[in-house]
This record gives sequence, C-alpha cells and structure tokens, in this order.
Amino acid sequence: MIDFGFTVSPSSRLDLDKMDRTSFNALAKIEPDVLKCMACGSCTASCTAAQFEPTSLRQAILLLQRAQVEQALNLLKGCMLCGKCTMVCPRGINTRHLIISIQKIYGK
Amino acid sequence: MKSIMIAAAQSVTPSGIIDRYPNSYNHFVLPFVIGISFIIVYLLIGLIRVLYHLTGEDRMKLLKSLFIPKTALKNIRDIFCDCLIHTKIWKRKPLLGYMHSAIAFGWFMLIVLGHLEVALFAPRHLEGITEGSLYYPIFYRFFIWMNPAHETLRGTVFFFLMDFFLLYVLSGIALAMFKRVRSIALGMRHTTKPSLADRVALYSLWAIFPLRLLAEGFTADLSGGSFLTKPVNWMFKAFFGNELNFMPTWWAYSICLGLFFLAMPFSRYMHILTEPLLILFRNAGLKVRKPRKGFAEAEIYACSSCGLCIDACPMNTQKKNLKYSSVYFIRFLRRHNNRKINEIADKCLMCGKCAAICPVGVNSPEIRRVQRETLNNNLKFDYSYLDSTSAIEKPKANGKILYFAGCMSHLTPKIIKSVESILKASGNEYEFMDKDKGICCGRPLMLSGKTEAARKTIEANRKLIEESGCTTLLVSCPICLKVFKEEYNLKGIRVIHYTQFVDNLVKEGRLSISKTSMSMVYHDPCELGRGCGIYDEPRHALESIGELKKAPKERDESMCCGYSLGSLTLDDKDRGKIAESAVENLLTNKPDCIVTACPMCYRAIRSKSTVPVKDFAEIFCDNIKLWD
Repeated sequence: MIDFGFTVSPSSRLDLDKMDRTSFNALAKIEPDVLKCMACGSCTASCTAAQFEPTSLRQAILLLQRAQVEQALNLLKGCMLCGKCTMVCPRGINTRHLIISIQKIYGK
Repeated sequence: MKSIMIAAAQSVTPSGIIDRYPNSYNHFVLPFVIGISFIIVYLLIGLIRVLYHLTGEDRMKLLKSLFIPKTALKNIRDIFCDCLIHTKIWKRKPLLGYMHSAIAFGWFMLIVLGHLEVALFAPRHLEGITEGSLYYPIFYRFFIWMNPAHETLRGTVFFFLMDFFLLYVLSGIALAMFKRVRSIALGMRHTTKPSLADRVALYSLWAIFPLRLLAEGFTADLSGGSFLTKPVNWMFKAFFGNELNFMPTWWAYSICLGLFFLAMPFSRYMHILTEPLLILFRNAGLKVRKPRKGFAEAEIYACSSCGLCIDACPMNTQKKNLKYSSVYFIRFLRRHNNRKINEIADKCLMCGKCAAICPVGVNSPEIRRVQRETLNNNLKFDYSYLDSTSAIEKPKANGKILYFAGCMSHLTPKIIKSVESILKASGNEYEFMDKDKGICCGRPLMLSGKTEAARKTIEANRKLIEESGCTTLLVSCPICLKVFKEEYNLKGIRVIHYTQFVDNLVKEGRLSISKTSMSMVYHDPCELGRGCGIYDEPRHALESIGELKKAPKERDESMCCGYSLGSLTLDDKDRGKIAESAVENLLTNKPDCIVTACPMCYRAIRSKSTVPVKDFAEIFCDNIKLWD
C-alpha cells in the first residue's frame, strides 16, 4: 500500500440500530435516575479515579444511548465508588448505584 | 378422686410429700412432652448445622475462646446480663426492661425453682426419662399430695417463691398485653407486625401463665400453695365445688406449653435459645462470612423481632420506609426471600444505629454488607493504574504527621484549609498525602460489597503510607478513619481523627483559644461515633470554645444525616427528608450553630439548616490565634 503520509480516520458513524433498548430500559427501571442526567459533567470534573484513568459517568451514559457499550464500560471500570459525584450532581442522581447497575446489566 | 385418696393413704413418708399417681403419669402431659421433645431435637440439629457452616478456622477460634479464662468470664457475664437481666433494655427503656425481664427472668426462676423443689422433695423423679424427669418438675403440683400436718419451713419458702415469681411473670405478661394495644406507653412508637408463627407462639405464651395460676390454684389444697394460689383455690372451690374441674385446666396448660414449643422455631421466640450461642460466637471474635450461614444464621435466629430498630432507623421519618428496618431484613433472610433481602440490603444507610441499640446485639449492617458482596463482588473493575509508579506521587514524611484528607474533604476545601492552619498554628510538621491525587480509602467499595476491589485500593494506600515513614496518620474524614483502623493493619503508625488531634492540642494547651459566648450543638457522624467510638474527644474540645448544648438524640443514638455512602438505592429526595429530621433533632435546644466533624454530614446538614453549620476544624480555626 502506498504511504500517503496520512491514514483514513476510523469511522465515527453511530449505528443506532445496534442500541440495546431492553438493557437500557432494564437499567432505567432499577435506577430511574439515569434519565435525569443533563450531561453537565460535574461528576467527571470531581472524579477521583479520573485523575489516573479516563473515567466519566457523563460520557458513559451518552455512550450507552449510542450503543457503544464497550467504551462505556471502559470509562467506568476504574471507578472507586467514592461518591464525590453523588455529592456534586446538581440533579441529585444516585451515581454510585447507577454505576453499579450499569456494570450489573451490561457487564455480564 | 377415690384412687388419689387411696394412694395418698397408702404411703405417708416423713417428708409429707406423696405421689398422688403411683406411676407419676397422666395423659395430659403429652402435649408438653411432644413440644419439648420437638424443640430439643430441632435445637440439636440447628446447632450442628450452624457449627458445620462455620469455617474450620472459626471453629478453632470458638473452641479456644471457651478455654480462655477472660473470654469465658465475659461469656458468663454477658449471658447473665443480656439473656436474663436485660441490662441493655433496662438502660434505654426501663418499663420495657421490666416487662422483658419479668417474663424471661421470672420464667427462668420458675423453672430453676421447680427443679430444685423436685430435687429436694421428690429426687427419684429426676433420675431419668422413665421416671418422668422431662415433665415431672413442670407439673410437680399436679402429681403430689402434701400432708398439711407435715408442712415444713423449707417447703413454705418454696411455695412462697414459686408464687412470687409467678406473680412477677404475670405482671410482665400484663404489660406485654398492654404493649400490644398501646406500645408508646412503654416507649415504642412502632412495633413489629407479628407473623403467623409469632402470633401462635405469642398467644400461647400469654396463656401459659394465667393457666398455670389457675391449674396450680385448683390443686393448691392438695399440693400446697402460697399467697397467690391458695386464694385462687378458695375462690374456685366456692364457684365450682367439684375438684374434677381442674383436669381441663391442666390439659389447657400443657397444650399451651406444647404449642409454644412447637411454634418456637418458626417464631421470634427462637431468640431465647439462640442468644447464648450468639454471645459465645461474638466473644470468640467470629465474623460474618456468608449472609445466611454460620455466624449469620446464629444472628438471624437470635433476633427477637422486638422492633426497637424500627424506631431507631433514620429512614423511619417516612412511613413508607418502615419496611426497610433491620427486623424485617432479618425476617426475610430467615424466609429466604431473596428479592426482598436484596431490596432492603441495598436501601440501608449502614449508620449502625440498629446494631448499637439492639438488645441482642445483632449486627445487621454487617450482614447487609456481606449480602451486597454476594451480588457486587464479582462486578468487573480495573485498577491497574494504581500499580503504575509514575501516576501517584509518593509522600515523604519521615517521623512527621501524614495528613490524609480523603475524597469527600476535597469537596469541602474549607475543612482541609482549617486542618492545615491548625497544624501550622500548633507547630506540627506534616506532609499532605493526597494533595493533588489521592486514592480512595476503600471504605465506599467495602460498603457497596465490592470487597475484592476495596482490597486493591487499600493495598495501594497502605504501601504509600508505610513507605512514607510517618508516625501518625491524621484523617479528616470519619469514613476513611474507620477503614484505616479496621482494614489497613498499619503497624507502628497511629491513626487519629482530627477531632482527637485537636482535643490533644487543647489538653496540652498548645492552642491559644479565645472563648466565645456562642452555643453549639455537636452532631455525631455515624462512622466516627458508632463506627469508631469517638464521642468524648470532640465534645471536650468544643467546650473550650463555647457552650455545648445537648440534642435529644446524640452519641450512639445520633441520627444519620441521610447522605451516608452506605445506602445504594436511597434517592436524593428521601435523603433530604432524613437530613431535615436530623437537623430538627439538633436544633431542639436552639443552639447558635451546629458543629460536625464529617465532610458529608457537613454538606448534608448545611443544605437543610436554618442556623450556621460549621465544621469542627473550621470553628477551631476561627477561634484560635493562628500566627504570632
């Protein structure tokens, strides 16, 4: 293959057909707070684990809605459940339970 | 009746006690014998089951503890104080304590005295099962005829004591009945809803003692009696005349006893027999390893379902949350109702108040934690970043104080600043361990049941602390303090909370404090008070600043602020409600400000309080001379 000095960037196309509605509904059933998120990012800004490893609940929720489960779980695997995000969340989301529930439902 | 008289006339012994029935048997003892045999077999099987489910190591620990004089003495003292006298209930609710010890201690004394009586006056009947040793001491009064001409002082004393303790028990039963109607009179706002087996056992227990009085009253002219049974006898003789009336009463008495023992294993009254076992386990230092087996099983059956934990639970500010109390959690565990068990286990705030006030000492938050472990411990996690050496800055604190603020304190920079100012003002050199990048202490992971993950963060932090060469680890968050003390096993390093540290400085006079006229109330954080037993140090230190007012519920009965990391599923609204009631409790005596010593309580209480809320370090920082 000829080296042009650049490559084609990987596709960032989202295939929403792949979205797993049943899992997301199951998640919303055991932790309805997931629907409250307004993606402000306070959780990520205050995150203890994010100082060491990309960790973001805000992004994980978005990714789940975009059928990118693998990436979402990767963003949560470093979480230490310290609970800072719960304290700073302006929407009062029960973030710790949300994280555990995501891991329970999607991480099988 | 004729045969009785003939038998009586046959052999008059010098003691004056004669068996009315030569073979000492009557059909009416059968219900009792069936009941007592059932419970003995059930108990033996249960004991073997519980011991079988303990790990080998735990069994050895238990066996050893029985031969250590100190533990053995503690066992005896605990069994006497907790099972018979109920010092724990007496201290909190005297009337309730009287009720319970009347029934338990009174009944115990009746059984002991009954056996003593038989041992003294008819020892033949204690020699073996064939002689009726199982039932004879219980129905002693039925089987004997006492020659009135041979009344002895010894016999009369026994008659008096038996009647006295029967009266004692009856007074307890009367209170218990009254409690069913109006529990608040005995100091309980809510009581447990009894299950079916509970009801059967409860009503038969209530019936046992009045029936005993009637039965022994009917025979009092034959077998003797004292101030209680004799008058009953006179009264009923006048009413019924015929002595044959007493047979149905003795039958009813025996049936109630049998019914009680048959219902016992399925009811709350199993606690009578399980509590001594639990005391042995607890004093041996055993831990809950599985939520339903071994030690936990002993705890589950030792729960007396009294419902004191319902009033204690901070969630009870809303009626819908009453069902999450420890008593129902244990009940569902007993019934293996997994859905409910998990629901309640995840809801609990783990504030530990139910365990602190439990008369039996069931540590249900610990069972909840282990229950969470069964679900959450295998969730995926990846803390490989903790191993990379570059990510974390290593603190150097040779011989100095190492200060660990913890995640939550970083959300309240005021606390960190104040602690640092106090450290500087007192002339202590220190190193700030998690100034930029800190690792979580592991307690939140433990509380959510991810024990294995918690071990990783604990290991990482432990390495940092031990390698720093510090002598003292100063912590400003009670959540961290508890896990540092219990799980870290830091050898040669003193772990102290900043309230203890400041109290020490005050005692040594190393802070120049300007006393104010401000009145304060101190809120005990759960993890600091009930968790680590630190109640006096912060209070003592605060008294040097201003007037300390009391809250109605404080120290080990202090209310959780509602924002505890312990609860997994409690939502923000419910937490807010709990915080409101905690604030209401604190403001009862109208203090000028509320002081607390936990970053979470600080945030929670501040959001609901109408008076200023200050952190412990902050209030000291405001009132000491910081620089020369």
